[in-house]
Amino acid sequence: MSRGMDQKPFSPEDMSRRRKRSIALALVLAGLVVLFFVTTIVRLGGDVALRNL
Amino acid sequence: MSDIHSDISDTSAAAQGGQGSVGDYWTLLKPRVMSLVIFTALAGLVAASGDIHPWLALVALLAIAVGAGASGALNMWYDADIDALMARTANRPVPRGAILPGEALGFGLALAAGSVLVLGLLVNIVAAALLAFTIFFYAVIYTMWLKRSTPQNIVIGGAAGAFPPMIGWAAATGSVTLASFALFLIIFMWTPPHFWALALFREGDYARAGVPMMPNVAGADETRKQILLYSLILVPVTFLPSLLGTTGVLYTIVTALLGAAFLWHAFDVFRLREGEPARRACRRLFGFSILYLFAIFAAIIAERILAVAPFTQVIG
Repeated sequence: MSRGMDQKPFSPEDMSRRRKRSIALALVLAGLVVLFFVTTIVRLGGDVALRNL
Repeated sequence: MSDIHSDISDTSAAAQGGQGSVGDYWTLLKPRVMSLVIFTALAGLVAASGDIHPWLALVALLAIAVGAGASGALNMWYDADIDALMARTANRPVPRGAILPGEALGFGLALAAGSVLVLGLLVNIVAAALLAFTIFFYAVIYTMWLKRSTPQNIVIGGAAGAFPPMIGWAAATGSVTLASFALFLIIFMWTPPHFWALALFREGDYARAGVPMMPNVAGADETRKQILLYSLILVPVTFLPSLLGTTGVLYTIVTALLGAAFLWHAFDVFRLREGEPARRACRRLFGFSILYLFAIFAAIIAERILAVAPFTQVIG
């Protein structure tokens, strides 16, 4: 995504769109973390508390 | 296909990519199609009456929705050239130049792989395999092959849109059954009258783009006949879930009333052939067909929520 010497720098609108995309991506990643965590707990169920230590 | 792609890559605004907004990427997912997919998949999940944990059901629906979105993005990547020629689709992000074809492709592939993996790892393999096949069928069989080569494109391609309730069913039970196939058949038979009604009042659009839709290949009269024929097959097919013991009296009554209305609209399309009344009849059938499918699957869900007992299985 690097821009050459002959190309215009990012405009404020470009930067704003990029920032919003980054935030959306961060939220999606955070959502995936929650998804995998909760699914792991659900899949383990109550048995996790009864395991031999 | 390459023309529009090279045109887009030559424009300075989009030359470097990274111009798309969050909204543009959301549009790539075809959210309105996605909503119907989520709804029909939910109906499949609920109708299956498997013992899936509610959280896993939610995960399954999310994965199916993202898989449908991935299909939409791949479709918009490949079809950018013809989308640019049709009024209905010219403003989509790729033909508009907001998102580069390569970006749409990458986005679609990443979501496709992610959704199938999540469904396979967190729910079950059968549902994941069906989702993968559905994405492949829509993106490759329908978009890349059938859409531009045969007026039967949406008849066969309609299978892609018909799989979601089967995937929902498989997510709940880990299996494919005759009862889940009946839900598939309903959407499969519904697709031709739905799309041909659209094609009849958007005929110019498809002809300009060179897409061989039924009206611009076989003519409007033949299309009207085919719409009526498919509608006459569709309505009996909607009673299959009751005969198979999936649904009960509420669904059957709702389906009978809706089916009568659907046939009335289809007959109107067949009867009215000239001018504005003919166009209006096509628009009415198109609009009603969306409501029809939502209502049928809503009846399936409502029956389960209200705990209406299904009929005893008659066939299968």
